[in-house]
Amino acid sequence: MNGTITSKIEVDELREIALQLRLDILEMTTKAGSGHPSSSFSATDIVTALYFGDVLRYRAREPHWPARDRFIMSKGHAAPLLYAVLARAGYFDREMLWTLRQVDSPVQGHPIQDLLPGVEATTGSLGQGLSIGIGHVLGGRLNKRDYDVYVLLGDGECEAGQIWEAAMAASHFKADNLVAILDYNKYQETGPISREMALEPLVEKWQSFGWHVEEADGHNVADVKEKLAIVSEIKDRPSIIIAHTIKGKGVSFVEADFTFHGRALTPEQAEIAREELHGTR
Amino acid sequence: MELDKEAGLKPYPLPLRNVFGEALLNVARENERVVVLDGDLGNSTKAEYVRQNFPDRFFNIGIAESNLVGIGAGLAACDFIPWITSFSSFLLCNAYDQIRLAVAMSNINAKILGSHGGITLGKDGPTQMGIEDLALVGGLPTFVILVPSDPASMHAAVEAATEYVGPVFLRSSRVALPEIYSMDDCPFEIGKANIVRQGGDVTLVGCGIMVAASLRAAAKLSDEGIEARVLDMHTIRPMDIEALITAARETGAMVTAEEHLLHGGMGSNVARVVSQSCPVPMRFVGLADTYTDSAEPEDLLRKYKLLDDDIVDAARQAVAAKAG
Repeated sequence: MNGTITSKIEVDELREIALQLRLDILEMTTKAGSGHPSSSFSATDIVTALYFGDVLRYRAREPHWPARDRFIMSKGHAAPLLYAVLARAGYFDREMLWTLRQVDSPVQGHPIQDLLPGVEATTGSLGQGLSIGIGHVLGGRLNKRDYDVYVLLGDGECEAGQIWEAAMAASHFKADNLVAILDYNKYQETGPISREMALEPLVEKWQSFGWHVEEADGHNVADVKEKLAIVSEIKDRPSIIIAHTIKGKGVSFVEADFTFHGRALTPEQAEIAREELHGTR
Repeated sequence: MELDKEAGLKPYPLPLRNVFGEALLNVARENERVVVLDGDLGNSTKAEYVRQNFPDRFFNIGIAESNLVGIGAGLAACDFIPWITSFSSFLLCNAYDQIRLAVAMSNINAKILGSHGGITLGKDGPTQMGIEDLALVGGLPTFVILVPSDPASMHAAVEAATEYVGPVFLRSSRVALPEIYSMDDCPFEIGKANIVRQGGDVTLVGCGIMVAASLRAAAKLSDEGIEARVLDMHTIRPMDIEALITAARETGAMVTAEEHLLHGGMGSNVARVVSQSCPVPMRFVGLADTYTDSAEPEDLLRKYKLLDDDIVDAARQAVAAKAG
């Protein structure tokens, strides 16, 4: 990984990539008529920093390269984001994105491991990705590889017991090359998390499970990169970056309405959204 | 004992779970890609034999089956062959969704050991018993399902499961099972049932402990002039359709016997094959829709009608129902 200071030029480049990814997500989900654009938008800048900010080591033409860093999209409903990122990173042809949720397409509603190159795990039933990440950590030790394992968690997902089973185990195994990033957009399917099933105090919860905790502005790629650099130096325990985000980030009327969680924008809404996204440039 | 001798069964001193532990240790010794994950029951499942010999390749994940399965899936993605071990009931009931997504749907090379299958774990009672495990794993399309019937076939099954590339569920038992095969002569091919007794009047299809029970039943039936064929259906999926059709055609009647709920178990799957391709009168020995008590295995087998005499009764009925 590079130093912690991200240059203005690089920030501008990453912001442009994030914009293009959001446009792809919008196009995919609107064309499919369903999907989770708002959950994808909230994590777009985080995943942009990982794949295009010189953080993840990967070879798009060799998806099972044994030395690769792992990225596991535990919040599987952000599949459109994962697909858009993988296509841009060169794992497969971008044209495939437009087949999202169509019969015979590997671009499935939620990610299926290896059905598309670069998809590390089958997710969509929430709570499972962190455990799989620990398996990659233990496997890396046995294989004498020094890769890092990144797991993107949803916030509502942290209501699942398995997350805390994994939190306990990662700490027990001193998994210091495991980095969880929490896309903390404060909303779950049916409403605000604080109303539906309170998660706070989150920092203290993770700390009490033995994790190093950082907080970040999940839409500031420089801040995300800086926090990633900090946690890469932490030894003997896993780290989590609690990234504060806005669900639907980039499109005002999606940001303002959590019921966009599980639905796509209509073509008319998408047209307005496209203009708004371009306006953020 | 006299009956067992007549049925071709030899007593074996070790419980099947200990045999599993030995078999697992063997494959771990032969293949350094084998890793073992434990849900804090290694002393019961006997996966601990690997811990004692290869501690670096043994991980106790604690009492957290969901996490156990997920970590196993991650190890499989790193080209290890994880044996994920615990009681059958705890793994399939606690971690069904993880087994479904991370193992079955992902079609990874992981092995699930479901120990203490059936009711013969006995005194610990129904909370610990895996009486629905075959139905549950049957709901996961990519899984091979193995239920070995004796010590030699347990060894063979563990080897075959480790060699096979893909998800495998293997059921083990707390109790000792008599020898049907010998250690140096145990045919075992995934998906190929073994004919362990020839006969032309009725076919007894068993798995696990019910193969020995079927052989005892066949010995008793022989005294009445009924010659039973006995099939060791050690693989529930993929099912040996050819062996079933041949047996149905040649014997004209069939009884299935399993230490499992009748609903969704081996028998219902056998019936699906037979009724479609060569319908013959069938009877089913297994657990009715009920949970059992905490008691000695023998008392439970008697109360819930999983003994050789129950197979004999079922066979008489099936034979009597033959046309003409």
